[in-house]
Formats: sequence, C-alpha cells, structure tokens
Amino acid sequence: MEATLATNRNQTNSTFHTSQPFTNTLQSELTKFRSVKSSFWSLIVANGVTIVLSAIICEAVVNRWNKRSLSERILFDPTTRSLTGIVLAQLAIGVLGVLLISAEYSSGTIRATFAATPNRTKVLTAKAVVFAVITYITCLISVLIAFGVGQAIFTQVGVGASIGQPGVLRVILMSALYLTIGGLFALGLGTLVRHTAGGITAFVVMMLVLPGIVGALPSPWSSDIGRYLPNAAGLAMTSVIKQHAGGDMLGPLGGLAVFCGWAALALVVGGTRLVTRDA
Amino acid sequence: MIEVRNLSKSFGSTKAVDNMSFEVSPGTVTGFLGPNGAGKSTTMRVIMGLDHPDSGQALIFGKPYSKIANPLHQVGALLDARAFHGGRSAYNHLLFLAQANGIPARRVDEVLETVGLSSVAKKRAGTFSMGMGQRLGIAAALLGNPEILLFDEPINGLDPEGILWVRNLLKSLASEGRTVFVSSHLMSEMAQTADYVVVVGRGRLIDSAPISQFISKSAQRYVVVRSPAIDTLEGLLKQSGADVAQGPDNTLEVTNATCAQVGELAGANSIVLHELYFHEPTLESAYMELTQDDVEFHAKSSNDMTFPADKRN
Repeated sequence: MEATLATNRNQTNSTFHTSQPFTNTLQSELTKFRSVKSSFWSLIVANGVTIVLSAIICEAVVNRWNKRSLSERILFDPTTRSLTGIVLAQLAIGVLGVLLISAEYSSGTIRATFAATPNRTKVLTAKAVVFAVITYITCLISVLIAFGVGQAIFTQVGVGASIGQPGVLRVILMSALYLTIGGLFALGLGTLVRHTAGGITAFVVMMLVLPGIVGALPSPWSSDIGRYLPNAAGLAMTSVIKQHAGGDMLGPLGGLAVFCGWAALALVVGGTRLVTRDA
Repeated sequence: MIEVRNLSKSFGSTKAVDNMSFEVSPGTVTGFLGPNGAGKSTTMRVIMGLDHPDSGQALIFGKPYSKIANPLHQVGALLDARAFHGGRSAYNHLLFLAQANGIPARRVDEVLETVGLSSVAKKRAGTFSMGMGQRLGIAAALLGNPEILLFDEPINGLDPEGILWVRNLLKSLASEGRTVFVSSHLMSEMAQTADYVVVVGRGRLIDSAPISQFISKSAQRYVVVRSPAIDTLEGLLKQSGADVAQGPDNTLEVTNATCAQVGELAGANSIVLHELYFHEPTLESAYMELTQDDVEFHAKSSNDMTFPADKRN
C-alpha cells in the first residue's frame, strides 16, 4: 500500500507556490458548498418559498381586490407585492449562511480548512464570495419567476407591471440582493457565534424579533430607530413606491447602504474573532 | 524539522503548555508521550497554527505554520479523527483540501488508494467507522506529500491489521527522510514504532531523548526470583550484599546482583527455584516512573495496577 505513497515526491515539492492564489481558496469553498445536501435543500426551500408563497399572496390580493379603497388601489405596487415570499425565503437563506460556518465548527472540518489555508480572512472571504454569487444567481431566477407569475395573476384585476417600467427592474435585482445580503449577514453572525442554533437564533432575533421590540417603543423613536434595523433597511431596497405610512422607510439606496452595513459589521466582527480565537 | 521554543499556553487558569521546548528531527519517528491532559494535543494544535500560544513559538523549517503558503505540501496532520462533515463524501473532503493548496485531483484518488478507502470514496463520511475515519484523516495528512507529518493518536479505533498498517506507514515515512511526530498513550505501540521520544507531563517537558536512552533511565531493572524457600533465600541474598525487595507471590526483586549470582547462591545452598529472570525496563515502566508525579487525574492505587502488569512478559 505504501508503494503509491512516495510517487513524484520531488515533483510535488519542487512545485512549491510562493503564494496561495485566492482562486484556489474559492475553488475549495465551492467544492465544500456543493458537496453537502444542506446547501442544496436550503436553496430549494428559499427559492420555492419565493415563488410559491409570492403566488399565494398574489392570489389573496386578487381575491380581496374589490374590498380595497381607491387610494389603496392607486398606491398598489404590483412589483413588490408579487415578491412578498422573499421575506420568508430570507430565513432559509439565513439558515444556510449560518450553517456554512457553524457546520465546520460542529464537525471539526474547520481545523482541516485552516490547516490547508492558514489565512482565515481568506477562507471567510472565499466562503462569502461563493455563497453570495450562488445565492444571488439562484434567487434572481426565482424572483424573476415569482414576478412573472404574480403579474399573470394580477391581470385578472387589470393591474400589473412590466420589466420595462421605471423602477421595476431595480426592484427585481434588489430583491435578489436583499436575500444575498441577508445571507451574508447570517454568515457573519454564524462566524461570530460559531454555533448553528445560536447563529440562527441571532439571525431571527435581528431580522424578526428586534423590529417588534423597537416597534413597541414610543413614537417617534420606533420609526427613527426601526427604519435602520436590518430587515427594514433590506426591504426598503425592494419597493418601487415609498408606500409605508408617511415615508417611514429609507430610500432604496439608503436601505441598500444600511443593510450592507449590517452585513459588513457582522462579517468584520465575526472575521476578527475568527482570526484571533483558537480554531 | 519542527522546533518548539519556550511554548506556553493557558486555558483560563489551567496551564496546558508550560515553557516547553524540543525539536523533532527528520528521518525518525518521534513519539510524543504523556498522560491525558499533559498538553500534547494543544502543542500539536499550536504547531499547526490552530491555537495561538501565549508566549514562545512553534516553527516548521524555521517558519510559523501561518506563514507557509500551501502548507499541505510541507506539513500533513491527523489531529482529530472525526474532523470531517458527516454529510460530505471522503472524496469531496479530500478534494476541497487539495484544491485549497493547488494539489491535482488525481492525488485524491492516490491517497484514497493508499489508505484503502477507494471503494467507499463516494459514500458519506458520516457512515464511516472510527477506523475508517482515522484512515480518512491519514489520507488528508498524506495529500500534499509533505516532509513533515503529525499524527495525534493515529491508531485509536483501528483493528490489529490497521495498527500494523499505521506502524509500517510511520516507519516507511521516516525511512524516506520525513519528519514523523506521533502522539500516543499506548506505550507498547510506541516502543515498537518510535526511534525518539518527547515525554511531557502537566504541560512541561520531562525528557526528550532516543528511546533506548530514555528507557535506560528507568530504575526498573532487577532480577526476579521465585522460590518456595523465599525467606531463607532473602536472608542469604542480603548477606551477600544484594538489595532485595519482596515482590508478589513468593518472589523477590533483587538489585545489585546478576541472575547467575542469584542462581549460584541458591544452588550452593540447595534452594529450589521456580523462576529466575532479569526484568528489563520497558518504555512503559520508564514512562510510568518519570511521569508518576505529573499525571493530572490519578486513579486510586494506579501503581498497584500498572507494575504487576509488566511481569506478564
């Protein structure tokens, strides 16, 4: 059995690289991503929810259309409303983001990873890039499908949007981006917490529980603080019309900046901990 | 070449590694011995750049691990037999490691063949037995054809055939001029495999020496004699100037005398002997003597348990 061991030993050693190319780290992280079922299932759930839940909500809107007031009909945003499923899909993407790093800790794979790539920042960066690209592409496809399905449903009541209309393409691109940035935020939280259940809890608290708590604060604090919370900022990216009562929300670009800020903060704090702590 | 210099590392108030220094040279199998909690795994993790030391350093070819580009080409390690994702196949586990260091994918097939896991390469590693997990860990260590290999308890969970395989593997790696550093708590196994030992206790270095030199430090060298007339013999031996201690089951342990001297004395006095042999110190007995004060978690009366066990051979 040992015969194969020493094959081309000198050859291997003579090809020492003086640096470790980032593309190798990317390739390695891509292999990790695609070789566990949790990645596949999380994406299936997230994209399925985006399409199916959005369609169900569109049907519900159509069924109750006659009960809407005229002003409600005028302010109705058929683009954003056809993509409502992304709010729930975000949870599946968040779980995936946490798992990408927490599963390495729970299984012990992280030590093999760092033995192969001692530059931990490089590992986290490659992980984030692979995850972001795959999430963005798959979510963009499901968002486009959900948009098409939704507009088809809305034709029953004579409303609808098309991609050519102002702001519509932006909302579609931003909706996929909302899911992607949320996933990166979860990856950062997972890196910080290093624990699957803890990371998912942190993500749910930040995205869903915290808005409820802040919303219970006396006005104007509730809206002054509330609009800067991660989920509110993220959803602000996805509106064609600033519809929510009195322009409470940030604008799309403001929302993008704030949501990116949250994700960057989590990744930087998590990444710092990754580098300084023992693996 | 691995150099550990004045390494210290604490976890809270526990000093896991306390000012430890030693070197591991190429071309030898160096055993890393010590009781549980002696700091062996921590030291190995610091060498691998996984844990940060409080002070001191661990160098590989003069560099800290973290400064080595594509380290799998230089260092391979089995630190934790189950350090893989249960849902990932053995092949993919090795593939992502190979890719990170620019190692061609065919090398993955080669090492799977070497460790005998080719037939289960595409199966989820979570279904593997402990022994198969060890083999996967060893495959990962061999992946980059490294000059330096670290193995933390590599034979845990292996069957006799697997143990023999690991023993031969370690020896053949060393004979090729590689540096092989292997921790174990199985003394008899280390006695057969290692050329050199680094012995630690409570985070401190106790000794670092060629294995024969280490064993020769043991005081456990004496003549064992068994006789139905043990009391008479004891008196005679003491008169002749030997140091005599009572052993179990009508035996005496005699120092300062050879087997020949004891036998001749008995013959001259017509004393029947049932047994007469020279007790050689073993790696285990030398280790027990030297680490006695350094075992963190003593079982009560562990001394009574361990030394009689030696006498079976």
